[in-house]
Amino acid sequence: MPKIPLAEVVDRIVDWFTDTFGNSLDAFSDTFGDIIKGLQNLLAFLPWWVIIIIFALLAWKASGWKLAVGSTLGLLFIYNLKLWPAFLDTLVLVIISALVCIIIGIPIGIMAGRNHKVNRLITPILDFMQTMPSFVYLIPALMFFGLGKVPAVFATVIFAMPPAIRLTSLGIRQVPEDLVEVGEAFGSTPWQLLWKIQLPVALPTIMAGINQTMMLSLSMVVIAAMIGAGGFGAGVLYAIGQMKIGMGFENGVAVVIMAIILDRLTQGVGRSFRTDDKDN
Amino acid sequence: MSEKIVVKNLVKVFGGHPQKALSMLKAGEPKDEILKETGLTVGINDVSFTINQGEIFVVMGLSGSGKSTILRCLNRLIEPSSGSITINGTDITKLKDKDLRVFRQERTAMVFQQFALLPHRTVLQNTAYGLEVKGVEKKQREDKAVAVLEMVGLKGYEDKYPDQLSGGMKQRVGLARALSNDSDILLMDEAFSALDPLIREEMQDELLSLQQKMNKTIVFITHDLNEALKLGDRIAFLRDGALVQVGTPEDITNNPANDYIVKFVRGVDRSKILTTGDVMKKPQPFITTRDGPGVALRIMKEHGISSVFVVDREKHLKGVITVDLAVESRNAGIQSLQDVELPQGPVVREDVPIQETLGIIAESKLPMGVVDDNHKLIGIIVRGSILAALSSDKGGDGDA
Repeated sequence: MPKIPLAEVVDRIVDWFTDTFGNSLDAFSDTFGDIIKGLQNLLAFLPWWVIIIIFALLAWKASGWKLAVGSTLGLLFIYNLKLWPAFLDTLVLVIISALVCIIIGIPIGIMAGRNHKVNRLITPILDFMQTMPSFVYLIPALMFFGLGKVPAVFATVIFAMPPAIRLTSLGIRQVPEDLVEVGEAFGSTPWQLLWKIQLPVALPTIMAGINQTMMLSLSMVVIAAMIGAGGFGAGVLYAIGQMKIGMGFENGVAVVIMAIILDRLTQGVGRSFRTDDKDN
Repeated sequence: MSEKIVVKNLVKVFGGHPQKALSMLKAGEPKDEILKETGLTVGINDVSFTINQGEIFVVMGLSGSGKSTILRCLNRLIEPSSGSITINGTDITKLKDKDLRVFRQERTAMVFQQFALLPHRTVLQNTAYGLEVKGVEKKQREDKAVAVLEMVGLKGYEDKYPDQLSGGMKQRVGLARALSNDSDILLMDEAFSALDPLIREEMQDELLSLQQKMNKTIVFITHDLNEALKLGDRIAFLRDGALVQVGTPEDITNNPANDYIVKFVRGVDRSKILTTGDVMKKPQPFITTRDGPGVALRIMKEHGISSVFVVDREKHLKGVITVDLAVESRNAGIQSLQDVELPQGPVVREDVPIQETLGIIAESKLPMGVVDDNHKLIGIIVRGSILAALSSDKGGDGDA
C-alpha cells in the first residue's frame, strides 16, 4: 500500500499560501516587527533599576509587599547574572504574545460562551492547538515569516491562546442562570447583558485564563529561540550546543524566576478583582 | 376591577418542533403519550385565566407543576408555544425583540427565588439596575434607588455588597430592585421560599403593607399553601401543567374543586405537616441572666404573662423564671438571676412536627422553647399559636 502523501499535501498548501499572500505577509511582518522593536527600544532605554522598581510597584499593587520584595530580589539576581538583555528580549515577546492572545482570544471566548454552536466548532480546534507538540508550530511560522521575533510571536500566540478562549467561554457559561434572567427580565439589550452582567461575573475565571496564557507564552517564547527569538531561550540553546552546563543552568533559573514573578503578578491581579468587588 | 392580564389557552411544550405535540394535545392525548411519541415534555397544558388590576394573584402548585413556567411566559423569559397573553390590551406573545425589551423595562419587574443579586454591584447599584438599563441618568436613578431602599427598610446599606447581607436583606434588595422600576406588574417567583420561617413571615407582612400603598398587580408563585392563603386575593391551583381551580382563599378552602385540592387543603392532618418552626413566635420577651428578679417581674407584668425565658449574653437558653420564683428570689434579696436555680421548661428543635409536641405542651406548666443546634433560643411556642395553626384546617383562613 502506497504512503498517503500527507507531508506533500501540507507542503503544497503552505507553498501556495506563501506564494499567494507573500507580499501581505511581508508587510504584516514588517509592521509587527516594528512594534516589537519599538517596545524593545523603550525597555532598553529605561535604566535597569527603573524596570525593577516598576515591577516592584506592580507586584505591591497586585498582591502585596511580599511579592514586591520577592520580585525585586529575583530581578536583581537576573541582573547580577548579566542576563538583563536576555530578560528584556523574553519579556517583550511574552508581553506582546499575551496581548495578542487576549485581544483575539477573549472575543472568541465570549462568542463561544454565548453560542453553543460556536463552542462546538472551536472546541476541537483548541484541542488540536493544545495537543500538537509546541515546536511543530515553529515550522509554519518559519515558512510565513522567516527567522526572527515575528514568527516567534506567531507560534507563541497559536500555542498560548487556547486557555484565554476556553476560560473566557467557561466563565461566561458559568454565570448563574438567574443572573442572566435578571438581565433579560429588566429589559437589557444583549450588549448590556454582556457588559453589565456576564463579563463582570465571569471576570475571575477570565483572569485565570489570562494567567495561564501568560505562562504558556513564556514557555513557548523560550522554545521559539530555535527560530531566532533570542532571550533566555537563545542562551539555553547555545549552552546545549556547547555543552556549557553552567550557562544553561543560569538561563534556566532566570526563566523560572521570571515565570514565578509573572504567575504571581497575574494571579494577584485576578484576586484583586475579586476582593475589590466585595470587601471595600 | 379592570382586567390587567388575560391569558388564553396558554401551552408550553419544551423541546424543538412542537407542532406534532401541539396537535396531539388538541386531540386530547395525555402528556405521557405525547412524551412517548414525540419525546417532548408538556410544561403547560391549555391554561386560561384573568388577573385583575391591583390584585395579588397566587399561582400555587408543587414542584414540576409548571408554575414557574407560567410566570416566565408572562414576560417571555420562556416563549409560549401557543396561546395568547394580553397585558394592558397588547398581546405580548407577538412583540418583536425591541418592543419586548421596552415592555419588560416599563411594565414588568421580577423578584427571584434565590435573590439573583449581581455580586459585583453594591446594594445601591443592584437596586438601580433596571433604571440603568432603561438609560435613566445616574443621579436620578440613584436618588430613586435610595428612596426605594428606605421604603424596604435598608437605609444605610446602600454601599454594602450582596455577600455582606443576610438572606432576608438580600431579598429586600431583590424587592427594591423590582420596585424602583415603577412597573405596574410585579412577578414574584417563590420570592420568599428560600428564607427562614420567621423572616418569611416578616417579608409577607411587608409585602402586604407595601401593596396597600402601591396597588400593583402582583403574580406570586409559591408551593406553600399557608403563604398562598395569606397573600392571595385569588389563588390558582396548578397540577401537571393544568389549572385545577382558581378562586379566593375562601373558595379554595370551603369549596375545593376536586379531591386533589381537598387533600391539599384539609385531607392531611396539619399537625403532622406543620413543624415547630412554622408555629413558633419570635422569642420575645426574654431576659438575660444578668438581670435581677425585679426586671423579670416588671417584664412579665408589662406583657401580662406568668413566666419568661432567661438567656445568657449569646442567647443560649438558661431556663424559665415564673412569677412565684421571681417574687421568692426578690424577697430573698437576690440581685442577679445567675444565682437562682431556674426551672427548665420543655425544649424542641424547629423541625419537629407539632403533633409530637402536643402531649408535652399539654402537661407542662411552662411555655416551650425552640432552640437551634447550639441551644440558642430562636423561638417560643405557646398553646394559642398551635391551636390557631391547627384550626385553620377548618377553612376561612384567608384573611390571616
